[in-house]
Amino acid sequence: MKISTKWLSDYVNIDVEPQVLAEKIERTAVEVDEVYRLEKGLKKIVVGETLKVEKHPDSDHLRICQVNVGEDEPLQIICGAPNIAAHKKVIVALPNSRIAGNVKIKRGKMRGEVSEGMICALQEIGFVESVVPKKFVDGIYFLPEDAEPGAPVYSYLGMDEDIIDLDVTPNRADMLSMRGTAYELAAIYDKKVTLPRLEIKESKNDNIENYLEIAADSKLASTYLMRIIKNVTIGESPMWLQKRLWNAGIRPLNNVVDVTNYILMDYGQPMHSFDYGKISEKKIIVRLAQPGEVLTTIDEKERKLNSHDIVIADGKGPIALAGTMGGQATGVDNGTTTVALEAAVFNSSLVRKTARRHNLHSEASMRFERGINRATVVEALNTAAQLIADLGNGEIVSGIAEGTKEEAVPVEVSVSLDKINKVLGTSLASTDVEDIFKRLGFGVDVSNAVFNVSVPPRRWDISIAADLIEEVARIYGYDKLPATLPKGELTPGNYNHSQKMIRAARQLLEAAGLTQAISYGLTTAEKAGRFLMQPSETTQLNFPMSSDRTTARMNLVSGLLDDVAYNVARKVDDVALYEQGRVFYRKAGTVRPIEVEHIAGVMTGLFKTATWHEPKVPVDFFLTKGIVEHMLHALGITENISYIQADGHEEMHPGRTADIYVDDEFLGFVGEIHPNLCKEYHIDRTYVFELDLQKIIDMDKQVKSYIPVSKYPAITRDVAMAVDKDVKNSDIIDCIEKNSGNNLAKVELFDVYEGEHIAANLRSLAYKLTYQNKEATLLDEEVTKDFDKVIDKLKEEFNAKIR
Amino acid sequence: MGLKDKLTELKRNALEEINDAKDLKKINDIRVNLLGKKGPITEVLRGMRDLPKEERPNVGSFANKVRDELSNAISERKERIEIIKTSKRLEEEKLDVTLPGVPVKIGQPHIIMQVIDQIEKLFLGMGYQVVDGPEVEEDHYNFEMMNLPKDHPARDMQDTFYITDKFLMRTQTSPVQARTMEKHDFSKGSLKMISPGKVYRRDTDDATHSHQFHQIEGLVIDKSITMADLKGTLQLIARTVFGKEREIRLRPSYFPFTEPSVEVDVSCFKCGGDGCSVCKQTGWIEVLGAGMVHPNVLKMSGIDADIYGGFAFGLGPDRFAMLKYGVDDIREFYLNDMRFLKQFSQRG
Repeated sequence: MKISTKWLSDYVNIDVEPQVLAEKIERTAVEVDEVYRLEKGLKKIVVGETLKVEKHPDSDHLRICQVNVGEDEPLQIICGAPNIAAHKKVIVALPNSRIAGNVKIKRGKMRGEVSEGMICALQEIGFVESVVPKKFVDGIYFLPEDAEPGAPVYSYLGMDEDIIDLDVTPNRADMLSMRGTAYELAAIYDKKVTLPRLEIKESKNDNIENYLEIAADSKLASTYLMRIIKNVTIGESPMWLQKRLWNAGIRPLNNVVDVTNYILMDYGQPMHSFDYGKISEKKIIVRLAQPGEVLTTIDEKERKLNSHDIVIADGKGPIALAGTMGGQATGVDNGTTTVALEAAVFNSSLVRKTARRHNLHSEASMRFERGINRATVVEALNTAAQLIADLGNGEIVSGIAEGTKEEAVPVEVSVSLDKINKVLGTSLASTDVEDIFKRLGFGVDVSNAVFNVSVPPRRWDISIAADLIEEVARIYGYDKLPATLPKGELTPGNYNHSQKMIRAARQLLEAAGLTQAISYGLTTAEKAGRFLMQPSETTQLNFPMSSDRTTARMNLVSGLLDDVAYNVARKVDDVALYEQGRVFYRKAGTVRPIEVEHIAGVMTGLFKTATWHEPKVPVDFFLTKGIVEHMLHALGITENISYIQADGHEEMHPGRTADIYVDDEFLGFVGEIHPNLCKEYHIDRTYVFELDLQKIIDMDKQVKSYIPVSKYPAITRDVAMAVDKDVKNSDIIDCIEKNSGNNLAKVELFDVYEGEHIAANLRSLAYKLTYQNKEATLLDEEVTKDFDKVIDKLKEEFNAKIR
Repeated sequence: MGLKDKLTELKRNALEEINDAKDLKKINDIRVNLLGKKGPITEVLRGMRDLPKEERPNVGSFANKVRDELSNAISERKERIEIIKTSKRLEEEKLDVTLPGVPVKIGQPHIIMQVIDQIEKLFLGMGYQVVDGPEVEEDHYNFEMMNLPKDHPARDMQDTFYITDKFLMRTQTSPVQARTMEKHDFSKGSLKMISPGKVYRRDTDDATHSHQFHQIEGLVIDKSITMADLKGTLQLIARTVFGKEREIRLRPSYFPFTEPSVEVDVSCFKCGGDGCSVCKQTGWIEVLGAGMVHPNVLKMSGIDADIYGGFAFGLGPDRFAMLKYGVDDIREFYLNDMRFLKQFSQRG
């Protein structure tokens, strides 16, 4: 809502700088988007009078104009506007002037002819095109004939007015009008409003009953009123009205439509004007549209109506979409002589739906949606009728045609002084509060420290005590509130188990060298469905914004691969990221997905780059697996973890992927991305893991208890053996552990060899076995006995050749 | 030559040899040769048998004296050699300490998570719970329980990704509050909670809009919570995140779930309030929204609004991070460029 302080000063006398006023409004009422004055930054823009307009000898479209700018000699200015004409008052940017956008205009030559300045269109001096009167959109603007050549143009165009652009919140519909804003500012500055009222003069010898019969459903329009103005001459509005409109952001059209828009801004009351001559059968019906009905609106679009659209219909059918847009066939045009003027209060929720459905959000529909002042519907209608009669030399037919009419009554709300102070944390006196209600223009009656407040209909947003408390708080001033902290019993603040585990997992991966990524939770159905760890249906948006974000993710790796691709495309080849977040699994036949916490990592390129001191460390399977192992152990998952060769994941390298189990519980996977998928993402070898973190959170953790450090020395034995390549490390370890007797404390793989010193179908694995007895010193012979037994078993089971 | 002379000469030669010794092996050999059982001093002492009785003590004590002197000389020389050896080693081991250290491979939290962690810690310290909730929500909790019935004009302020008419991607984390209020047993004390998490809006991504971002909402419900308490709490957030010199100001605003509702500005941390490009010359930066919980919201959750009341606030960690670190494009947060993420490595 653009507020001209000049217009405002007609209603309330507030003598402060616009910037100060804006700041006060922000702190007390609603946000201010901008404070501006159109003339600001412009220089030497004056009224000119075109004395002579001649063709340019070297151009088809340029004209050479002699322009009187109030000096002794006229200026020669070259102009290319199609509507340039002699004996017009025009906007002239003199040599060395500044026009919009801080553009400097200099004396110059155009195709050999001197041009001392420029004749301007409104857009060139800072008007937005949407408010420029249609006939001047593609050309220069003509000022009123009485404009004084040489005088600055600003006051002729209202550019010397300060405009405060308010960003009105949905609850403050009262501030979507000049009059409502005047009330608000009067309350803030403790002033009185003086609102002028135009007396209506009706033609005595003609009655509205001769013109109209209205039928309206009160559920659709709680008030529906019409007046008829006859013998109207359609024409341009006077400058004062045009200025007010374009300063409010509205394009002037003609004297009838302009008046309805003026009333819209002044009272916040949307109005619509029909050409009475085009209404069939003198009938107006306010009803819901019937399926199949269509209406061509004034923007020349044919709209299919449905049974939730409120329409205004005549004897033949719909002639307007209530509250949103009128129909083309019954619109006021230059031939109109009798105007039917509508002022109504339509059902806000239906107007909102219609505006949404037809994408017809307008100044009018916004006000119907948010609520309008029911107390001034008649006054607004009368004022509009009188203005149209005045500006169009018309006559107002006596009487108002009524479809429905709702009486506007004040709302009674009570609040106690104690409650106010208790909610705000203040110690206001009764008189302070009473004074605030009076400043707001509310009726107030105090008894036993309870305020019985009578709220006028213009403040429909106030209906409960909390609303009154807000009024007190903001007028009193939020700056004056003390700053304290909640008192009361102490409560423990702690993360729960799940939150602790999630945070611990994050920290472990960070310590292991992975940086946290946060990717998008919405992706394509294809990406959402990859790397699935359990069967699931997709969860899809019913009306997505883009084809890239249609489906809730069912894995984290897809998002991380997007991240890798983004990095690699920007020549960042070494990536180590992890992500913790939810995936969305949905069972067939259900609507709501189950949200499961996952954690995943991705690595590509070098884990460590070479330094002068150390060689490079490329990312590989075992580095990735090591990080997973480390995290699981540190999260208390230490027993019965197995990594099973997994060649069944479509997206993964079949020979370099392991499924991770704890006992029989599937936890996730680790491995290398399939080369085909890498190709799709344009990335190099990439390793990933993804785990169901929720399962880890829910698993029983080994409660650690102290194991005494053995006082007795340990004895180690190393064994290297050549075995078939298919024999797995895990099988050998199982065999060693099973057959080593009670004294084996630890078995570690310390070397793996394949190559020229060993047959092609074999590989060599070397283990270190550590024996220790907690109660006594082990004898060499005991260990040898145990060790030999294991060796025999390995030979037997794996055909191992001991090296 | 008498024994004494012999000893004197022995001593002279030995001292020379000791002082010439260059390493520990040599000095050890000397010690064994001179002072050992087969050494010359033992030999001299053995020769005392041939001396007249009265000379024996004299020569004996002289011999002992020579032995002690040589023993001391050996020790000193040994010490000396060690000192030289050490200092030589230290000399050789000298490094160019200006060469760079070995980089530590460590990852770090996402910058948005750092902001969330910081705020969580502040509120845990004040006895709040951290409560999580579903990202796919029911319209009922996301809107209706927040006093936003269908067709409420304020629903236009939040464009929503619906899955069905009933389910949607949550547009705010306040549904977590509604769920918690419903369950909370007030006979066991007040409710103090924050709910951080991801939220979604039907927006086209650009520098200042993202269809996915984060929110932290806070809620306190008790018998005597005031708007002054809200102001004090908000001041604490502002000072924790943006620096202890910060001031806040409250401006009236509108949220359906609070009444009164306020927008909260923090004094500009860049210019201190004088006006600069960060605060668009106003000295203030809008950082969050807050208010006193609307009685309807309490009633819908089964709480007696005549007895209980409280405050709620909602803030955007994305916006906080953008402001605090001067990030001018919100999309940076979700593209995960390593060069972007790695910049925010400072802790504490």
